[in-house]
Amino acid sequence: MSYYVIIVGGGNVGIQLAKRLIARGHETVLLEKDSRQAQKLGNLLGEEHIVYGDGCDILVQKVAGFKRADIVVSVTGEDEDNLICCQLAKEVWGVNRVVARVNDPAHEAIFREIGIDDTVSATGIIFSLIDQQISSDELVPVGHLHKGHVEIVESTLGEKSRLIGQAVRDITLPQGSFIAYVFRNGAGMQVNGDTIFETGDMVVAMVPTARAEELRSVFADIA
Amino acid sequence: MKVVILGCGRSGASLALQLAAMNHQVTVIEKSPESLRRLGKTYPCRIVLGNGLDLDTLEKADIKDCNAFFAMTRGDNTNLMAAQIVQRNFRVERVAVKVADPLRAEAYRKLGLFTINAAALLAGMCRDWLLGEEFKPIDHYNVDGVEVEL
Repeated sequence: MSYYVIIVGGGNVGIQLAKRLIARGHETVLLEKDSRQAQKLGNLLGEEHIVYGDGCDILVQKVAGFKRADIVVSVTGEDEDNLICCQLAKEVWGVNRVVARVNDPAHEAIFREIGIDDTVSATGIIFSLIDQQISSDELVPVGHLHKGHVEIVESTLGEKSRLIGQAVRDITLPQGSFIAYVFRNGAGMQVNGDTIFETGDMVVAMVPTARAEELRSVFADIA
Repeated sequence: MKVVILGCGRSGASLALQLAAMNHQVTVIEKSPESLRRLGKTYPCRIVLGNGLDLDTLEKADIKDCNAFFAMTRGDNTNLMAAQIVQRNFRVERVAVKVADPLRAEAYRKLGLFTINAAALLAGMCRDWLLGEEFKPIDHYNVDGVEVEL
C-alpha cells in the first residue's frame, strides 16, 4: 500500500526520511522554508518532491496537499513549529496520522495532552539506549500507545531478577498488562504460558502507564 | 490584577507599561536581555529571563496565580504553543495570543483560543476611522478578515 506522506523540515532527519519513503514507493513531499535549502533539496531528491514554504502556513499546506495526506511528519528543530504544524494538519485538514519530532523531552507530555500522540524524541531514544546499557533490572520505556495511557517497556533480566526460572503463567502481572515478546540469544520468540524466563532475556511488555510502577516490582531483583 | 506577558517586543513592552501604570502586577518573560530596554530605565514590573515554552520559566513567573496571560512574542507558533501550555497546565482564566498570520489566527480561534491578529485589527480600525464609524469590540475586528477558501 502506498501512502501520501508530507514531511515538514528539510534538515538531516527530513532528508533521510524522505529518501527512504521515496525508495519504498510512497508519494512523498518535503516542505522546506529556506529557499536555498529547498533548491538544494530539489537537486538531491528531485524537484517533484519539494515544496518551498513555511509548513505552518495554511496556504502552503493547501498547495502541498495536506487535505489528502495520509501522514504528516513534522521534524524541524523547533518544537513550537512541529506542534503547530501537526495541530493544523489534524484540526484544519483532518489528517489522521501526524508525527512530531520533539526536541525538548519536557515537551512530550504537552504534545500528548494537545492530541499529538506520536512523538519522536532523539534525546529520549538515546537516553533509553544508554539506560539499557547500564541497568539490568530497570524497565526502559520504548514507546507509548493510546494517547500515552499504555506504555511499551522492555527489561533485560539480570541473574538476580525474581523472574528467572519462573514460567509466564506463574507470575502475577498488574491488571491490563502482558508480556508481548522475549528476545533470547538475539532472536525473538513468541511467549506462551510455558515460557520460562532465563538470565539475559530481553522482555517486552505492555502496561497501562498508571501501573508501570507495579510492573517494575515484578521485574525487580531479589533483595 | 496579576498579569504575565510573554515577549518584551513593542507590543509586549507597551502592554506591560500601560498595565503597570495602572498599578497592576505585571511579570514579563523575555529571553533576550536587550529587549528589556523597551521597559525604560527602571522596570515597572517583574522580569523573568527565559524561554516561555519552558515550564520552569513559566512557574518562575508565578503563572499559577495570575489572572491573565498574554503571548506577545513575534513568533506565532511560540505564542500558540505557550498559550496552550498555560491554558492546559496552569488553568489561567484569561489567555490572549498575538498571531500575525490571519489564517492561523482564525484556525486557533475556532479551536477556542482568544487570538488577536494585529493586521486585521489595524485595518478594521482604520476603516472605521475613515468612515466615521464608532470603534467596536475587539472580536468584531478579528472575524472581519477576508475569508480564504481552502
